[in-house]
Amino acid sequence: MLRDNAISDPRQEQRVFSMRVMLSLCIVLGLTSIVLFRYFDLQINRHLDYVTNSNKNRIHIRSVAPTRGLIFDRHGQLLADNRPAFTLNIIPESAKDTDQLIARLDTLLSISEKDIARFKRREKRSKGFAPVPLKYNLTEQERAILAVNSHLLKGTEVSAQLMRFYPQRELLTHTLGYVGRINDREIKNIDPESYRGTDFIGKIGLEKYYEETLLGKVGTEQVETDARGRVMRVLGKRDPVSGSNLTVHIDSQLQRVALDALKDERGALVAIDVKTGGILSMVSTPSYDPNLFTSGISQKQYDGLLNSPDRPLFNRALRGQYPPGSTVKPLFGLIGLQHKVYDMDYSIYDPGYFFMEGIKRPWRDHNADQGGHGYGVDLAEAIIESCDVFFYTTGVKTGIDLLSKESALFGLGDVTGIDLPGEKRGIMPTRAWKKDNRRQDWFNGDTINMSIGQGFMLTTPLQLAVMSARIASRGKTVIPKLLKSIDGEDIAPEFAPDPIQYDDKYWDYIHQAMVDVVHSEKGTARGISQGISYKLAGKTGTAQVISIHEKDKYDSSKIDKSKWDHALFVAFAPADNPQIALGLIVENGEHGSRTAAPIARKVIDTYLASYTPSRMHNDASRLAKYSTAPTEDN
Amino acid sequence: MYKYDFVRQLDTKGGDRRQNVLHIDFTLLIILLVLCMTGLFVLYSASEQSLYYVKRQATFMLTGFAGMLIVAQFPVRFWERWAALFYASALIALAAVLFFGVEAKGATRWLNLGFARFQPSEIAKIAVPMMVSAYLSRRVIPPKLKHVAGALLIVAIPAFLIIRQPDLGTSILVFTSGFFVLFLAGLRKRYLAGAFFGVLAAAPLLWLYVMRDYQKQRVLTLLSPEDDKFGAGWNIIQSTTAIGSGGFSGKGWTEGTQSQLNFLPESHTDFIIAVLAEEFGLLGVIGLCTIYLLLVGYCMIIAINAQSQFARLMAGSISLTFFIYMFVNMSMVSGLLPVVGVPLPLVSYGGSAIVTLFFGFGILMAISSEPKRIGSWR
Repeated sequence: MLRDNAISDPRQEQRVFSMRVMLSLCIVLGLTSIVLFRYFDLQINRHLDYVTNSNKNRIHIRSVAPTRGLIFDRHGQLLADNRPAFTLNIIPESAKDTDQLIARLDTLLSISEKDIARFKRREKRSKGFAPVPLKYNLTEQERAILAVNSHLLKGTEVSAQLMRFYPQRELLTHTLGYVGRINDREIKNIDPESYRGTDFIGKIGLEKYYEETLLGKVGTEQVETDARGRVMRVLGKRDPVSGSNLTVHIDSQLQRVALDALKDERGALVAIDVKTGGILSMVSTPSYDPNLFTSGISQKQYDGLLNSPDRPLFNRALRGQYPPGSTVKPLFGLIGLQHKVYDMDYSIYDPGYFFMEGIKRPWRDHNADQGGHGYGVDLAEAIIESCDVFFYTTGVKTGIDLLSKESALFGLGDVTGIDLPGEKRGIMPTRAWKKDNRRQDWFNGDTINMSIGQGFMLTTPLQLAVMSARIASRGKTVIPKLLKSIDGEDIAPEFAPDPIQYDDKYWDYIHQAMVDVVHSEKGTARGISQGISYKLAGKTGTAQVISIHEKDKYDSSKIDKSKWDHALFVAFAPADNPQIALGLIVENGEHGSRTAAPIARKVIDTYLASYTPSRMHNDASRLAKYSTAPTEDN
Repeated sequence: MYKYDFVRQLDTKGGDRRQNVLHIDFTLLIILLVLCMTGLFVLYSASEQSLYYVKRQATFMLTGFAGMLIVAQFPVRFWERWAALFYASALIALAAVLFFGVEAKGATRWLNLGFARFQPSEIAKIAVPMMVSAYLSRRVIPPKLKHVAGALLIVAIPAFLIIRQPDLGTSILVFTSGFFVLFLAGLRKRYLAGAFFGVLAAAPLLWLYVMRDYQKQRVLTLLSPEDDKFGAGWNIIQSTTAIGSGGFSGKGWTEGTQSQLNFLPESHTDFIIAVLAEEFGLLGVIGLCTIYLLLVGYCMIIAINAQSQFARLMAGSISLTFFIYMFVNMSMVSGLLPVVGVPLPLVSYGGSAIVTLFFGFGILMAISSEPKRIGSWR
């Protein structure tokens, strides 16, 4: 049995073995002590560090988007709402075979190729348990179909998010603006903290201007997640604070009338509350439905809007710059009177032409063909009949410097300060302006062109409205504002720092002349005076789109409509106690009197009809609060 | 050995009949039962409170207990006699793995028998110490150099075959279990010292020529887990976090956030000790260690009281190997040793490990039930 050795000594074997076992036992105890010391070190000495790490692992802060503030018109009509939008999601983990599920859904709802492609892209990046959107903006009918068939559709889920909705659709698009998904450029300029949990931001209009007020404060939720990021439970939360609700001065009914009147035209209208500067209506046509942009407009639809020759995306009221034409005549006349360049008795002879010393080429009157306005044309008649030669003559007398300086007080040539982004300045030229921009000295010819609102001069429809409001209120320098109140707290009207201190007799004179534009037999806007129950003061204007050579006659039938003159009108009413002032333009509308003035009449009729005494009282009492308003005259 | 037959007869008459008839060591049985129950209890929490794993594990354990009791009925001499054959079949199976093995997770460790799959390296864990014990039990004490060389050869062949799978962890464990036999057989201190320095000297060679990149990565990860937080370092960061956040008394059963929220990988298999440490704290860890030490200590007593040199060596090697499993597992999960795939014995989920362990305990039970010589201490 035993090879290779002489003796096998069992006692020796056992003794050696027992010694070795004892040695092993010591090693076992030693190694166990090392291990236990390691656990002691981790669990007792460094316990707190690891508790922190473990909490960092599982506890995460999740943002809860605040509800965006609503926007109402002055009568409480909802202009910007948040509505639940329903999205069909698929949870890949529980759907298992998503292709089969989509095929089944397609038979029920018809899912577009694009939706499927987008879903596939997102599914690749998804975590499996997280819902992946398949179809947005489900209709009520689609939701019903899904609900009825839910037992066949394991792994689908319909989720609701609040989405901005503009119930008035195209009514106020340019003014309200819209929200859209935050893009790469915007993301650099926003505080990421405030926008956690929000995908949307105001893109244009009021939505952009009052973004901070409307946004609200983001809330947080402390959630416990597992290793894959799935939320297991909510540990604590701080509720979001909803954005403030805004009320604007806009009168939806008035806006509707104005929009309908301009619907088939390209044009703009701005109506202002004379006393407060509140914007009652602000229209730019053609308009479009802002809801297209909130849910993501299709490229085709967007290209359609972008490339339309009517440029619907362009906010003409705020950014359209047009020669004001004859609409500036009352203002220039007023400036001349106030600064004693001429007096109310001053009159000229108008042969239909005006010759400037040293210049061969004459300036035509618009009715040169009828032989001009003849003898004894004074300022009132020049305004009522829109005599150009009177203003050519007096314009040169008044001079560019005075006209520029004083016109600026009426809001021309600079931004009005309305609470909207992207306002254009227009151009109220000065000698310096021409030097900088045309590298030429100012010539008298430039003054002559400008004196009938042509030449270098450009104004926005908003500026025209502000100008008429300041004339109407006898120099109250109201600043146009859309915002009426925030969360029910009224906003005080603002006034420009430089007051306009003109003599009452001149205001009376100009107001009367403007009333006569509408109400006298010779007034250019006499066509709109039929059946009118109040005094409407106005002034027509026609702005040349192309220069017609002095010998040529303007004949609309011979030129393309896109080159027709623009029709303008400025107005305020009632003349004895002005409430509303407006400026409007109809592009290529040819004549202020025929195209633009009737629209102004409709809008003012509507406003004054709804302007009940009780509301007047309210406004009066509200105004009383603003006793600090710098109202030197009255 | 035959000269003790007379004594054995005497002992049979006056000794403990219970042990002799059924070959059941109740002390061992009870310690194992306690350990298994503890294991199932932790496993329930570690497997996201699903009974699926617990039921399967319980089935494995019941099978293991049955197997253990069957193995215990064989006389120790049976294993001694057939050790060579057992060892040879293990070698053939290991060689077969290299040619016909089933690949999984980049390693070929399984052999498909048609009706079942098994890991030949598990057999080696028993067969290798058994063969070395049989070999050395017939040699002089302490072993001479050529016997040491012989024993090392017995160990080296399967260890090499297992390394090729590749499975460095099991290979080292198999080697260790064989080495324990040598140690217990009284390997001279100069050889021990030689082995120690030999390993030190071999380490750079192992690093350069034997270890694969992923194995080296594990060692590097041990040194600085933060270097690759979400990759190789993830496991060790999450397991130390689980252990550390458990504190003194733990977060409570099924309340461990690291394990319940799936931050801890392999929570029901190799890393289950982190679940226990997180949910029961240092107290739980000490409790489990106590059970393990009781088991290892009791197994050593069995070894000391064994009736033959083969039985002694076999029993001693099985107890020490069992301890090494526990030590390596608890060290790797807590970041003391690199992560090698060593489960926590009888607590980690896994069928083949349980079967192997109970096979070993079956042999221990057989040894403990052998008729006693007069004068043995118990």
